[in-house]
Amino acid sequence: MMAKEKILEVKDLSVDFKVRKGYFRAVDKVNFFIYRGETFGLVGESGSGKTTIGRAIVRINETSEGDILFEGKKINGKIPPELDREVIHKIQMIFQDPMASLNERAKIDYIVSEGLYSIGGFKTEEERKAKVEKALLDVGLLPEFASRFPHEFSGGQRQRIGIARALVMSPELLVADEPISALDVSIRAQVLNLLAQLQETKGLTLMFIAHDLSVVRFITDRIAVIHLGKIVELGKTEEIFSRPLHPYTRALLSAIPLPDPRRERGRKAVVYDPSCHDYSKNKPRWVEALPEHFVLANEAEVEAWTKPFSSALS
Amino acid sequence: MDVDKNANNKTFAAEDETILDVQDLVIKFNLRGQVLTAIRGANMSVRRGETLAIVGESGSGKSVLTKSFIGMLDKNGWVDSGSILFEGVDLAHYKTEKEWLSIRGKKISMVFQDPMTSLNPLKPIGKQIAEVYELHHGMDARCAEQEAIAMLDRVGITEADKRHKQYPHEFSGGMRQRVVIAIAMACQPEVLICDEPTTALDVTIQAQILDLIRSLQAEFGFTTIYITHDLGVVANVADRVAVMYSGKIVECGTAEEVFYDPRHPYTWALLSSLPQLGVKGKPLFSIRGTPPSLFNEIKGDAFAPRNPYALKVDFVYEPPVFEVSPTHWAATWLLDPRAPKVEPPEIIRQLQEAWLVQNTWLSGGATQEPEGASAGAHEETKS
Repeated sequence: MMAKEKILEVKDLSVDFKVRKGYFRAVDKVNFFIYRGETFGLVGESGSGKTTIGRAIVRINETSEGDILFEGKKINGKIPPELDREVIHKIQMIFQDPMASLNERAKIDYIVSEGLYSIGGFKTEEERKAKVEKALLDVGLLPEFASRFPHEFSGGQRQRIGIARALVMSPELLVADEPISALDVSIRAQVLNLLAQLQETKGLTLMFIAHDLSVVRFITDRIAVIHLGKIVELGKTEEIFSRPLHPYTRALLSAIPLPDPRRERGRKAVVYDPSCHDYSKNKPRWVEALPEHFVLANEAEVEAWTKPFSSALS
Repeated sequence: MDVDKNANNKTFAAEDETILDVQDLVIKFNLRGQVLTAIRGANMSVRRGETLAIVGESGSGKSVLTKSFIGMLDKNGWVDSGSILFEGVDLAHYKTEKEWLSIRGKKISMVFQDPMTSLNPLKPIGKQIAEVYELHHGMDARCAEQEAIAMLDRVGITEADKRHKQYPHEFSGGMRQRVVIAIAMACQPEVLICDEPTTALDVTIQAQILDLIRSLQAEFGFTTIYITHDLGVVANVADRVAVMYSGKIVECGTAEEVFYDPRHPYTWALLSSLPQLGVKGKPLFSIRGTPPSLFNEIKGDAFAPRNPYALKVDFVYEPPVFEVSPTHWAATWLLDPRAPKVEPPEIIRQLQEAWLVQNTWLSGGATQEPEGASAGAHEETKS
């Protein structure tokens, strides 16, 4: 990778939602950063807060504590309108369900250029048309599709439209929220390839939110594992896969279905039991247990978890 | 390898009672004045007590095929020809709702994909299960409620005696799917059809639901048919696998045969597009194009236009079924003795080689039935 510049930094971020009695903390003091040009994975089960973090970054959800820094500038909370405009321009999101995220009553031409309209991203009508055409070609669709409606497309094509809509803004950071979990197996490969290829040709930074670890392993450089609003483990993808420390990460890894009947039949899925932690005396901290490999644990746990790997390191 | 297959065959022969036999089934739909052929002559058989998985992409007809087993085709659809023999009775001739009621729920139950939409949101879950006992077993309300609570407890819902009064929205997705399974189980079916039971669920919950279905199967001894596009799930649960494409079953064999020694180019393509088998930094294999329109008559092999290994004959004549082993067949011209020798993609070759190595290693120790023995051991760990 090139010089490691942090494009996005999240510091002690918390997000609360108002519920009947007080507040519900969906994201709890989360810390991580993303290098420019890498693919960063955020993995966790439903309700873990992974989507909330993604939405907080694109300013859909309000944050209640902490900072989100984009290229060194704070972008959460109250920000000046020029910065808001810049954030809309440079951070774009791809949504999970291509069947629900496109306006059924608008033509593809309008759907793709809606972002341009809102920030005034073009001077002449020709320029707008050219931008839409380029975005459609980039995602492997034909420019003449612009005059059609979303219902004329298959799931995979609709997800491509969702990607084109983000690309037309020429963003620097793309937040992809489970972009392939609603798609069919054969289409998944196409969309994954497209994302990987776009990242390479356009130098995009990708934040990939998913619950499927097999996909995450294939596409990401580093991953953070999130459980109930807290990041429990973070590190390089291969590092996490070869040396999972936190019991929750191990449970997640054990649940990956493999296309290998012999191994599958012998496999025993580990169930994560949060009561295995004794945090009554010793509070867990965010520590670098192995080089560039962070985990949420107290001292006793760090020692116990890293023991099997310590001989390999020395 | 030959020894192996014979052993495999023996284990199947022991329990070779066919519970469901589909022959040359053709299902058509009338859509806006046009006739669409959704199932184009499917053949398959299911043995009592086994787990069969039907794999294919959306639109391949796997849901339509299984819906025809319980008479739940949409109103504009009909069985055009062929037969569905269930315990010797041909379901293809069933017409009235009354006839179907003796099968649907009682003998064959179904678990649907989305637990969010398959429960009634206005009824407590206990009541929805108790209904089944009242309707199918003629129990009185109190007795049915007791049975419902017991069944909820069995499918792993804690504090069932309190929670049976709660409504579906008070449960998580995984818990709701457990309730749906409880409803299906309450009928004590002989065949349970699971239509993408875990697609809407998280990986961790998915593993738990699959374990639950497996343990119920061991306890009640029913036959399971899975419909899924997730080959990981298939490897986990299936004894046998049927691969479906454009309304036809193109390859069928034991799970090991299909995963380690696939023969149909479509199965190759499906396996190669899995991210689990992909190499980082290299593009994943993806299948070109789209499935053919089923409104038109399909000439030759339906997969031919998307198949990089297609022969000329694939565009003209439909491939017949070629037997690879007594338990494994595939419908592709590549298996014809006259066909040119084709090297399968790299990933598939690796799978085949790994399988061969493992087999010789297994048969090295014991002389007679190494595969049968190991399969038996798997069965034990499963239950």
